[in-house]
Amino acid sequence: MSTQLAYAPAPSAVAPPAGLPRLLTGIAAHAAMSLEHHEAVHGPLPLTGGRRPALAFDLVEELDRAGLRGRGGAGFPTAAKLRAVAAAGGRPVVLANVGEGEPASRKDRTLARMLPHLVLDGAELAARALGARELIVAVCETARTGADTLALAISERERRHRGAPRTRLLGVPDRFVASQESALVSLANGAPALPAFTPPRPFERGVGGHPTLVANAETLAHVALIARHGASWFRELGSPAEPGSALVTLSGPVARPGVYEIARGGSLSGLMQAAGGLTLPAAGVLLGGYGGAWIAGAHLESLRLSDERLAPFGASLGAGVVAVLSAHACPVRELARLTRWLAGQSAGQCGPCVHGLDALAGGFEAIAAGAPRGNGEQRMRQLAALVRARGACAHPDGVARMALSALAAFPTELAEHARHGPCERCARSPELPLARA
Amino acid sequence: MSHRLRVNPIACEAHGMCAELLPERIALDEWGYPVLDGQQLDGELLEHARRAARACPTFALLLERERPPAR
Repeated sequence: MSTQLAYAPAPSAVAPPAGLPRLLTGIAAHAAMSLEHHEAVHGPLPLTGGRRPALAFDLVEELDRAGLRGRGGAGFPTAAKLRAVAAAGGRPVVLANVGEGEPASRKDRTLARMLPHLVLDGAELAARALGARELIVAVCETARTGADTLALAISERERRHRGAPRTRLLGVPDRFVASQESALVSLANGAPALPAFTPPRPFERGVGGHPTLVANAETLAHVALIARHGASWFRELGSPAEPGSALVTLSGPVARPGVYEIARGGSLSGLMQAAGGLTLPAAGVLLGGYGGAWIAGAHLESLRLSDERLAPFGASLGAGVVAVLSAHACPVRELARLTRWLAGQSAGQCGPCVHGLDALAGGFEAIAAGAPRGNGEQRMRQLAALVRARGACAHPDGVARMALSALAAFPTELAEHARHGPCERCARSPELPLARA
Repeated sequence: MSHRLRVNPIACEAHGMCAELLPERIALDEWGYPVLDGQQLDGELLEHARRAARACPTFALLLERERPPAR
Protein backbone atom coordinates (compact mmCIF):
# COMPACT_ATOMS: atom_id res chain seq x y z
CA MET A 1 0.00 0.00 0.00
CA SER A 2 2.83 2.38 0.78
CA THR A 3 4.33 2.04 -2.69
CA GLN A 4 4.06 5.40 -4.41
CA LEU A 5 2.90 4.59 -7.91
CA ALA A 6 3.30 7.14 -10.62
CA TYR A 7 0.02 8.07 -12.20
CA ALA A 8 -0.97 5.44 -14.73
CA PRO A 9 -4.33 5.54 -16.44
CA ALA A 10 -6.15 2.25 -16.88
CA PRO A 11 -5.14 0.52 -20.15
CA SER A 12 -8.68 0.73 -21.53
CA ALA A 13 -8.96 4.44 -20.78
CA VAL A 14 -10.61 6.67 -23.31
CA ALA A 15 -8.53 9.59 -24.61
CA PRO A 16 -9.02 12.63 -22.37
CA PRO A 17 -11.08 15.51 -23.75
CA ALA A 18 -8.88 18.18 -25.30
CA GLY A 19 -10.09 21.67 -24.44
CA LEU A 20 -13.75 22.15 -23.57
CA PRO A 21 -16.14 20.66 -22.65
CA ARG A 22 -14.81 18.29 -20.03
CA LEU A 23 -17.52 17.57 -17.49
CA LEU A 24 -20.28 18.31 -19.97
CA THR A 25 -18.88 16.00 -22.68
CA GLY A 26 -21.69 14.00 -24.29
CA ILE A 27 -24.45 15.66 -22.28
CA ALA A 28 -27.86 15.13 -23.88
CA ALA A 29 -30.69 17.62 -23.78
CA HIS A 30 -33.34 15.54 -22.06
CA ALA A 31 -31.98 12.24 -20.78
CA ALA A 32 -29.56 11.13 -18.11
CA MET A 33 -26.39 9.43 -19.30
CA SER A 34 -26.52 5.70 -18.53
CA LEU A 35 -23.59 3.94 -16.86
CA GLU A 36 -22.77 2.19 -20.12
CA HIS A 37 -22.77 5.43 -22.11
CA HIS A 38 -20.84 7.20 -19.34
CA GLU A 39 -18.08 4.57 -19.47
CA ALA A 40 -17.99 4.77 -23.25
CA VAL A 41 -17.44 8.54 -23.01
CA HIS A 42 -15.01 8.69 -20.08
CA GLY A 43 -13.69 5.14 -19.71
CA PRO A 44 -14.21 2.89 -16.68
CA LEU A 45 -13.32 3.86 -13.14
CA PRO A 46 -9.52 3.70 -12.79
CA LEU A 47 -9.45 0.69 -10.47
CA THR A 48 -7.33 -2.46 -10.46
CA GLY A 49 -9.06 -5.53 -11.84
CA GLY A 50 -9.64 -8.78 -9.98
CA ARG A 51 -11.98 -9.76 -7.21
CA ARG A 52 -11.23 -6.79 -5.00
CA PRO A 53 -10.88 -3.75 -7.23
CA ALA A 54 -8.88 -0.95 -5.65
CA LEU A 55 -7.32 2.40 -6.44
CA ALA A 56 -3.95 1.84 -8.07
CA PHE A 57 -2.62 5.32 -7.32
CA ASP A 58 -2.69 7.91 -4.57
CA LEU A 59 -5.83 9.94 -5.27
CA VAL A 60 -5.06 12.60 -2.66
CA GLU A 61 -1.59 13.21 -4.13
CA GLU A 62 -3.10 13.50 -7.59
CA LEU A 63 -5.75 16.00 -6.41
CA ASP A 64 -3.03 17.96 -4.64
CA ARG A 65 -0.96 18.19 -7.84
CA ALA A 66 -4.10 19.10 -9.78
CA GLY A 67 -4.76 22.00 -7.40
CA LEU A 68 -8.49 21.22 -7.31
CA ARG A 69 -10.51 23.47 -5.01
CA GLY A 70 -14.08 22.98 -3.82
CA ARG A 71 -16.81 24.29 -6.14
CA GLY A 72 -19.56 24.76 -3.58
CA GLY A 73 -18.53 28.34 -2.81
CA ALA A 74 -15.80 28.26 -0.17
CA GLY A 75 -13.02 27.10 -2.52
CA PHE A 76 -11.11 25.02 0.01
CA PRO A 77 -8.38 22.76 -1.48
CA THR A 78 -9.92 19.32 -1.98
CA ALA A 79 -6.75 17.34 -1.21
CA ALA A 80 -6.34 19.14 2.13
CA LYS A 81 -9.93 18.31 3.00
CA LEU A 82 -9.39 14.61 2.26
CA ARG A 83 -6.19 14.63 4.29
CA ALA A 84 -7.93 16.24 7.26
CA VAL A 85 -10.65 13.58 7.17
CA ALA A 86 -8.08 10.77 6.88
CA ALA A 87 -6.03 12.21 9.76
CA ALA A 88 -9.04 12.42 12.07
CA GLY A 89 -8.93 8.63 12.49
CA GLY A 90 -11.63 5.99 12.34
CA ARG A 91 -13.61 5.04 9.26
CA PRO A 92 -15.02 8.15 7.69
CA VAL A 93 -18.25 8.93 5.88
CA VAL A 94 -18.34 10.65 2.49
CA LEU A 95 -21.23 13.03 1.87
CA ALA A 96 -21.76 14.21 -1.70
CA ASN A 97 -23.47 17.59 -1.59
CA VAL A 98 -26.01 18.03 -4.39
CA GLY A 99 -28.18 20.26 -2.16
CA GLU A 100 -27.54 23.40 -4.19
CA GLY A 101 -29.35 25.93 -1.98
CA GLU A 102 -28.39 28.82 -4.29
CA PRO A 103 -31.55 29.72 -6.22
CA ALA A 104 -29.57 31.15 -9.14
CA SER A 105 -27.41 28.02 -9.44
CA ARG A 106 -28.40 24.99 -11.49
CA LYS A 107 -25.05 23.36 -12.14
CA ASP A 108 -25.16 20.72 -9.42
CA ARG A 109 -28.69 19.57 -10.23
CA THR A 110 -27.77 19.57 -13.91
CA LEU A 111 -24.96 17.15 -13.08
CA ALA A 112 -27.33 15.05 -10.95
CA ARG A 113 -30.01 14.93 -13.63
CA MET A 114 -27.89 14.53 -16.72
CA LEU A 115 -24.51 13.16 -15.63
CA PRO A 116 -25.14 11.34 -12.34
CA HIS A 117 -22.31 8.85 -12.84
CA LEU A 118 -19.73 11.60 -13.03
CA VAL A 119 -20.70 12.76 -9.52
CA LEU A 120 -21.04 9.20 -8.22
CA ASP A 121 -17.64 8.24 -9.70
CA GLY A 122 -15.95 11.07 -7.81
CA ALA A 123 -17.81 10.19 -4.62
CA GLU A 124 -16.92 6.51 -4.96
CA LEU A 125 -13.25 7.30 -5.64
CA ALA A 126 -13.06 9.61 -2.60
CA ALA A 127 -14.82 6.98 -0.49
CA ARG A 128 -12.43 4.26 -1.65
CA ALA A 129 -9.38 6.46 -1.07
CA LEU A 130 -10.56 7.16 2.49
CA GLY A 131 -11.78 3.63 3.18
CA ALA A 132 -15.16 5.17 3.98
CA ARG A 133 -17.85 3.18 5.74
CA GLU A 134 -20.71 4.87 3.93
CA LEU A 135 -21.47 7.19 1.05
CA ILE A 136 -24.37 9.62 1.41
CA VAL A 137 -25.70 11.60 -1.54
CA ALA A 138 -27.58 14.68 -0.33
CA VAL A 139 -29.95 16.06 -2.93
CA CYS A 140 -32.55 18.82 -2.77
CA GLU A 141 -36.08 17.48 -2.30
CA THR A 142 -37.55 19.78 -4.93
CA ALA A 143 -35.02 18.83 -7.59
CA ARG A 144 -37.22 15.76 -8.11
CA THR A 145 -35.77 14.44 -11.29
CA GLY A 146 -32.30 14.86 -9.84
CA ALA A 147 -33.13 12.63 -6.88
CA ASP A 148 -34.83 10.04 -9.11
CA THR A 149 -31.96 9.99 -11.56
CA LEU A 150 -29.43 9.59 -8.78
CA ALA A 151 -31.42 6.73 -7.22
CA LEU A 152 -31.50 4.94 -10.58
CA ALA A 153 -27.81 5.57 -11.16
CA ILE A 154 -26.93 4.22 -7.71
CA SER A 155 -28.81 0.99 -8.41
CA GLU A 156 -27.15 0.71 -11.85
CA ARG A 157 -23.77 0.81 -10.14
CA GLU A 158 -24.55 -1.60 -7.33
CA ARG A 159 -24.40 -4.56 -9.70
CA ARG A 160 -21.16 -3.39 -11.28
CA HIS A 161 -18.88 -1.92 -8.67
CA ARG A 162 -17.67 -4.53 -6.23
CA GLY A 163 -16.25 -3.24 -3.01
CA ALA A 164 -17.89 0.16 -3.39
CA PRO A 165 -19.20 1.58 -0.12
CA ARG A 166 -22.87 1.36 0.77
CA THR A 167 -24.66 4.36 -0.76
CA ARG A 168 -27.86 6.11 0.33
CA LEU A 169 -29.77 9.19 -0.75
CA LEU A 170 -30.60 11.95 1.69
CA GLY A 171 -33.37 14.44 0.83
CA VAL A 172 -32.44 18.03 1.70
CA PRO A 173 -35.14 20.67 2.36
CA ASP A 174 -35.33 23.54 -0.08
CA ARG A 175 -33.69 26.20 2.04
CA PHE A 176 -30.65 28.39 1.46
CA VAL A 177 -28.67 27.29 4.54
CA ALA A 178 -29.80 23.62 4.49
CA SER A 179 -26.95 22.56 2.21
CA GLN A 180 -24.31 24.20 4.40
CA GLU A 181 -22.00 21.35 5.47
CA SER A 182 -22.77 21.22 9.21
CA ALA A 183 -26.51 21.44 8.38
CA LEU A 184 -26.19 18.39 6.11
CA VAL A 185 -24.39 16.49 8.85
CA SER A 186 -27.22 17.37 11.28
CA LEU A 187 -29.76 16.16 8.74
CA ALA A 188 -27.89 12.89 8.16
CA ASN A 189 -27.87 12.41 11.93
CA GLY A 190 -31.66 12.68 12.06
CA ALA A 191 -31.83 16.28 13.27
CA PRO A 192 -33.21 19.29 11.35
CA ALA A 193 -31.01 20.62 8.53
CA LEU A 194 -29.70 23.60 10.48
CA PRO A 195 -26.12 24.85 10.69
CA ALA A 196 -24.35 23.78 13.87
CA PHE A 197 -21.95 25.56 16.19
CA THR A 198 -18.44 24.50 15.17
CA PRO A 199 -15.85 23.21 15.97
CA PRO A 200 -15.97 20.27 15.94
CA ARG A 201 -16.13 20.59 12.16
CA PRO A 202 -17.58 17.73 10.08
CA PHE A 203 -14.08 16.50 9.15
CA GLU A 204 -13.41 15.93 12.87
CA ARG A 205 -16.82 14.67 13.97
CA GLY A 206 -19.65 14.38 11.47
CA VAL A 207 -22.23 11.77 10.48
CA GLY A 208 -22.67 9.25 13.32
CA GLY A 209 -19.75 10.94 15.09
CA HIS A 210 -17.37 9.78 12.33
CA PRO A 211 -15.04 12.10 10.41
CA THR A 212 -17.01 13.21 7.37
CA LEU A 213 -15.93 14.51 3.98
CA VAL A 214 -18.57 16.89 2.65
CA ALA A 215 -17.83 17.57 -1.01
CA ASN A 216 -19.80 19.51 -3.62
CA ALA A 217 -21.20 17.65 -6.64
CA GLU A 218 -19.12 19.55 -9.21
CA THR A 219 -15.97 19.05 -7.14
CA LEU A 220 -16.60 15.29 -7.20
CA ALA A 221 -17.22 15.36 -10.96
CA HIS A 222 -13.75 16.91 -11.39
CA VAL A 223 -12.32 14.20 -9.11
CA ALA A 224 -13.79 11.59 -11.50
CA LEU A 225 -11.88 13.06 -14.44
CA ILE A 226 -8.63 13.89 -12.60
CA ALA A 227 -8.49 10.25 -11.43
CA ARG A 228 -8.77 9.10 -15.05
CA HIS A 229 -6.59 11.61 -16.86
CA GLY A 230 -4.22 12.95 -14.21
CA ALA A 231 -3.28 16.28 -12.68
CA SER A 232 -1.28 17.57 -15.66
CA TRP A 233 -4.27 17.12 -17.94
CA PHE A 234 -6.44 19.01 -15.44
CA ARG A 235 -3.95 21.89 -15.43
CA GLU A 236 -4.02 22.26 -19.22
CA LEU A 237 -6.93 24.67 -18.76
CA GLY A 238 -7.02 27.71 -16.49
CA SER A 239 -3.98 29.31 -14.87
CA PRO A 240 -1.33 27.83 -12.56
CA ALA A 241 -3.06 29.46 -9.56
CA GLU A 242 -6.59 28.58 -10.71
CA PRO A 243 -6.38 25.46 -12.85
CA GLY A 244 -9.08 23.52 -14.63
CA SER A 245 -12.54 24.17 -15.90
CA ALA A 246 -15.61 25.31 -13.98
CA LEU A 247 -19.35 25.08 -14.34
CA VAL A 248 -21.22 28.37 -14.20
CA THR A 249 -24.93 29.15 -14.20
CA LEU A 250 -25.58 32.15 -16.39
CA SER A 251 -28.92 33.91 -15.88
CA GLY A 252 -30.40 37.23 -16.94
CA PRO A 253 -30.79 39.01 -20.29
CA VAL A 254 -28.89 36.58 -22.54
CA ALA A 255 -30.32 34.63 -25.45
CA ARG A 256 -29.63 31.20 -23.92
CA PRO A 257 -29.28 31.30 -20.12
CA GLY A 258 -28.14 28.06 -18.52
CA VAL A 259 -25.21 25.99 -17.29
CA TYR A 260 -21.92 26.43 -19.16
CA GLU A 261 -18.45 25.00 -18.72
CA ILE A 262 -15.64 27.54 -18.94
CA ALA A 263 -11.89 27.50 -18.46
CA ARG A 264 -11.18 29.23 -15.15
CA GLY A 265 -10.06 32.76 -15.94
CA GLY A 266 -12.10 32.88 -19.15
CA SER A 267 -13.71 36.18 -20.09
CA LEU A 268 -17.28 37.04 -19.13
CA SER A 269 -17.86 38.42 -22.63
CA GLY A 270 -16.81 35.04 -24.09
CA LEU A 271 -19.30 33.30 -21.84
CA MET A 272 -22.06 35.71 -22.82
CA GLN A 273 -21.21 35.20 -26.50
CA ALA A 274 -21.53 31.44 -26.04
CA ALA A 275 -24.97 32.13 -24.60
CA GLY A 276 -26.02 34.06 -27.69
CA GLY A 277 -25.14 37.50 -26.36
CA LEU A 278 -27.01 40.08 -24.33
CA THR A 279 -30.63 40.79 -25.27
CA LEU A 280 -30.65 43.99 -23.19
CA PRO A 281 -27.83 46.18 -21.83
CA ALA A 282 -26.53 44.97 -18.44
CA ALA A 283 -26.76 47.09 -15.29
CA GLY A 284 -24.45 44.75 -13.41
CA VAL A 285 -23.69 41.16 -12.49
CA LEU A 286 -23.92 39.29 -9.21
CA LEU A 287 -21.05 36.83 -9.09
CA GLY A 288 -20.44 33.68 -7.07
CA GLY A 289 -23.83 33.35 -5.44
CA TYR A 290 -26.44 35.44 -3.70
CA GLY A 291 -23.90 35.87 -0.91
CA GLY A 292 -21.40 36.95 -3.55
CA ALA A 293 -20.58 40.37 -4.95
CA TRP A 294 -22.03 42.84 -7.45
CA ILE A 295 -19.97 44.30 -10.26
CA ALA A 296 -21.29 47.29 -12.21
CA GLY A 297 -22.15 46.95 -15.89
CA ALA A 298 -19.31 49.24 -16.99
CA HIS A 299 -16.73 46.58 -16.00
CA LEU A 300 -18.37 43.60 -17.67
CA GLU A 301 -16.69 43.95 -21.07
CA SER A 302 -13.21 43.42 -19.63
CA LEU A 303 -14.08 41.05 -16.78
CA ARG A 304 -12.29 37.72 -16.46
CA LEU A 305 -13.78 34.95 -14.37
CA SER A 306 -10.75 34.25 -12.20
CA ASP A 307 -10.62 34.85 -8.46
CA GLU A 308 -7.45 36.88 -8.93
CA ARG A 309 -9.15 39.31 -11.32
CA LEU A 310 -12.38 39.37 -9.30
CA ALA A 311 -10.69 40.02 -5.93
CA PRO A 312 -10.48 43.83 -6.39
CA PHE A 313 -14.30 43.81 -6.53
CA GLY A 314 -14.52 41.65 -3.42
CA ALA A 315 -15.91 38.93 -5.69
CA SER A 316 -14.98 35.34 -6.50
CA LEU A 317 -16.31 32.67 -8.83
CA GLY A 318 -17.66 30.90 -5.71
CA ALA A 319 -20.45 28.50 -6.62
CA GLY A 320 -20.36 29.66 -10.26
CA VAL A 321 -23.39 31.94 -10.20
CA VAL A 322 -23.25 34.61 -12.93
CA ALA A 323 -26.53 36.50 -12.51
CA VAL A 324 -26.72 39.39 -14.96
CA LEU A 325 -29.15 42.18 -14.14
CA SER A 326 -30.50 44.09 -17.13
CA ALA A 327 -30.58 47.87 -17.34
CA HIS A 328 -34.33 47.42 -17.66
CA ALA A 329 -34.55 46.56 -13.94
CA CYS A 330 -34.05 48.89 -11.00
CA PRO A 331 -30.99 47.70 -9.06
CA VAL A 332 -32.19 49.31 -5.83
CA ARG A 333 -35.57 47.56 -6.00
CA GLU A 334 -33.78 44.27 -6.79
CA LEU A 335 -31.40 44.76 -3.85
CA ALA A 336 -34.27 45.38 -1.44
CA ARG A 337 -36.12 42.32 -2.69
CA LEU A 338 -33.01 40.07 -2.70
CA THR A 339 -31.88 41.14 0.77
CA ARG A 340 -35.38 40.64 2.20
CA TRP A 341 -35.44 37.15 0.71
CA LEU A 342 -31.98 36.35 2.11
CA ALA A 343 -33.09 37.58 5.55
CA GLY A 344 -36.02 35.17 5.31
CA GLN A 345 -33.60 32.35 4.49
CA SER A 346 -31.80 32.72 7.81
CA ALA A 347 -32.13 29.57 9.88
CA GLY A 348 -33.26 31.90 12.66
CA GLN A 349 -30.81 30.45 15.16
CA CYS A 350 -28.39 33.32 15.76
CA GLY A 351 -29.49 36.74 17.04
CA PRO A 352 -27.11 38.91 15.00
CA CYS A 353 -28.21 37.14 11.78
CA VAL A 354 -31.95 37.36 12.58
CA HIS A 355 -31.84 41.04 13.56
CA GLY A 356 -28.97 42.16 11.34
CA LEU A 357 -30.28 40.74 8.05
CA ASP A 358 -33.74 42.12 8.81
CA ALA A 359 -32.15 45.53 9.38
CA LEU A 360 -30.05 45.28 6.19
CA ALA A 361 -33.18 44.45 4.19
CA GLY A 362 -35.03 47.29 5.93
CA GLY A 363 -32.17 49.62 5.04
CA PHE A 364 -32.38 48.87 1.32
CA GLU A 365 -36.19 49.09 1.48
CA ALA A 366 -35.97 52.52 3.13
CA ILE A 367 -33.49 53.75 0.50
CA ALA A 368 -35.71 52.39 -2.30
CA ALA A 369 -38.69 54.23 -0.82
CA GLY A 370 -36.71 57.47 -0.52
CA ALA A 371 -36.95 57.48 3.26
CA PRO A 372 -33.65 56.32 4.78
CA ARG A 373 -33.16 57.29 8.41
CA GLY A 374 -30.05 59.48 8.51
CA ASN A 375 -27.23 58.46 6.19
CA GLY A 376 -28.50 55.30 4.50
CA GLU A 377 -25.14 54.17 3.16
CA GLN A 378 -23.33 54.68 6.46
CA ARG A 379 -26.02 52.68 8.22
CA MET A 380 -25.61 49.79 5.76
CA ARG A 381 -21.84 49.73 6.38
CA GLN A 382 -22.42 49.67 10.12
CA LEU A 383 -24.92 46.80 9.84
CA ALA A 384 -22.65 44.80 7.54
CA ALA A 385 -19.86 45.06 10.10
CA LEU A 386 -22.27 44.01 12.87
CA VAL A 387 -23.34 40.74 11.26
CA ARG A 388 -19.98 39.58 9.90
CA ALA A 389 -18.48 36.49 11.64
CA ARG A 390 -21.25 36.47 14.22
CA GLY A 391 -23.36 33.55 13.05
CA ALA A 392 -22.84 29.80 13.33
CA CYS A 393 -22.60 29.63 9.53
CA ALA A 394 -21.39 32.12 6.92
CA HIS A 395 -24.87 33.17 5.75
CA PRO A 396 -24.74 36.62 7.41
CA ASP A 397 -21.19 37.12 6.08
CA GLY A 398 -22.41 36.47 2.54
CA VAL A 399 -25.32 38.90 2.84
CA ALA A 400 -22.96 41.55 4.27
CA ARG A 401 -20.54 41.04 1.37
CA MET A 402 -23.35 41.31 -1.18
CA ALA A 403 -24.75 44.46 0.45
CA LEU A 404 -21.36 46.20 0.65
CA SER A 405 -20.53 45.35 -2.97
CA ALA A 406 -23.88 46.82 -4.02
CA LEU A 407 -22.96 50.14 -2.38
CA ALA A 408 -19.87 50.25 -4.61
CA ALA A 409 -21.59 48.97 -7.78
CA PHE A 410 -24.72 51.17 -7.72
CA PRO A 411 -23.81 54.41 -5.89
CA THR A 412 -25.75 56.72 -8.22
CA GLU A 413 -28.95 54.66 -8.21
CA LEU A 414 -28.84 54.33 -4.41
CA ALA A 415 -28.24 58.07 -3.89
CA GLU A 416 -31.05 59.00 -6.30
CA HIS A 417 -33.52 56.70 -4.58
CA ALA A 418 -32.50 57.94 -1.13
CA ARG A 419 -33.29 61.48 -2.29
CA HIS A 420 -36.26 61.04 -4.63
CA GLY A 421 -37.79 57.65 -3.86
CA PRO A 422 -38.99 55.11 -6.42
CA CYS A 423 -37.97 55.49 -10.07
CA GLU A 424 -39.95 54.47 -13.14
CA ARG A 425 -38.03 51.17 -13.35
CA CYS A 426 -39.17 50.24 -9.81
CA ALA A 427 -42.63 49.26 -11.07
CA ARG A 428 -41.29 46.65 -13.50
CA SER A 429 -41.42 42.98 -12.57
CA PRO A 430 -38.31 41.79 -10.74
CA GLU A 431 -35.58 39.86 -12.55
CA LEU A 432 -33.44 37.95 -10.04
CA PRO A 433 -34.78 34.41 -9.61
CA LEU A 434 -35.74 33.80 -5.97
CA ALA A 435 -38.35 31.03 -6.06
CA ARG A 436 -36.74 27.81 -7.16
CA ALA A 437 -37.75 26.49 -10.53
CA MET B 1 -1.44 29.11 28.63
CA SER B 2 -3.56 31.84 27.12
CA HIS B 3 -7.35 32.00 27.09
CA ARG B 4 -9.92 33.49 24.78
CA LEU B 5 -13.68 33.93 24.94
CA ARG B 6 -16.05 32.68 22.27
CA VAL B 7 -19.83 32.97 21.94
CA ASN B 8 -22.02 30.16 20.72
CA PRO B 9 -24.39 32.35 18.69
CA ILE B 10 -27.03 29.60 18.52
CA ALA B 11 -27.24 29.31 22.31
CA CYS B 12 -26.96 33.05 23.07
CA GLU B 13 -30.28 34.69 23.98
CA ALA B 14 -29.00 38.19 24.67
CA HIS B 15 -29.36 38.13 28.46
CA GLY B 16 -26.36 40.48 28.61
CA MET B 17 -24.87 39.14 31.84
CA CYS B 18 -21.46 38.80 30.18
CA ALA B 19 -21.20 42.48 29.25
CA GLU B 20 -22.24 43.36 32.79
CA LEU B 21 -19.46 41.22 34.27
CA LEU B 22 -16.70 41.88 31.73
CA PRO B 23 -17.30 45.33 30.20
CA GLU B 24 -13.54 45.60 29.49
CA ARG B 25 -13.87 42.99 26.74
CA ILE B 26 -17.55 42.57 25.94
CA ALA B 27 -19.93 45.15 24.50
CA LEU B 28 -23.54 44.63 23.49
CA ASP B 29 -24.79 45.36 19.98
CA GLU B 30 -27.99 47.28 19.32
CA TRP B 31 -30.03 44.09 19.78
CA GLY B 32 -28.36 43.10 23.05
CA TYR B 33 -26.03 40.39 21.70
CA PRO B 34 -22.41 40.37 22.89
CA VAL B 35 -19.60 41.68 20.69
CA LEU B 36 -16.22 40.32 21.81
CA ASP B 37 -12.93 42.06 21.19
CA GLY B 38 -11.16 38.76 20.50
CA GLN B 39 -8.15 39.61 22.67
CA GLN B 40 -6.37 37.13 24.92
CA LEU B 41 -7.24 37.16 28.59
CA ASP B 42 -4.91 36.90 31.54
CA GLY B 43 -4.47 37.93 35.16
CA GLU B 44 -7.39 39.60 36.83
CA LEU B 45 -9.45 39.83 33.66
CA LEU B 46 -9.25 36.05 33.31
CA GLU B 47 -10.99 35.70 36.66
CA HIS B 48 -13.74 38.08 35.56
CA ALA B 49 -14.05 36.15 32.30
CA ARG B 50 -14.48 32.88 34.22
CA ARG B 51 -17.21 34.46 36.30
CA ALA B 52 -18.92 35.84 33.18
CA ALA B 53 -18.86 32.43 31.48
CA ARG B 54 -20.32 30.77 34.59
CA ALA B 55 -23.01 33.43 34.86
CA CYS B 56 -24.37 32.96 31.33
CA PRO B 57 -27.88 31.50 31.71
CA THR B 58 -27.65 29.59 28.42
CA PHE B 59 -23.96 28.54 28.69
CA ALA B 60 -23.34 30.41 25.45
CA LEU B 61 -20.14 32.13 26.62
CA LEU B 62 -17.18 29.79 26.36
CA LEU B 63 -13.78 30.41 27.88
CA GLU B 64 -11.35 28.39 25.81
CA ARG B 65 -7.70 27.62 26.16
CA GLU B 66 -5.81 28.60 23.04
CA ARG B 67 -4.93 25.57 21.00
CA PRO B 68 -3.04 25.29 17.76
CA PRO B 69 -5.36 25.41 14.74
CA ALA B 70 -6.71 22.01 13.70
CA ARG B 71 -5.27 22.31 10.22
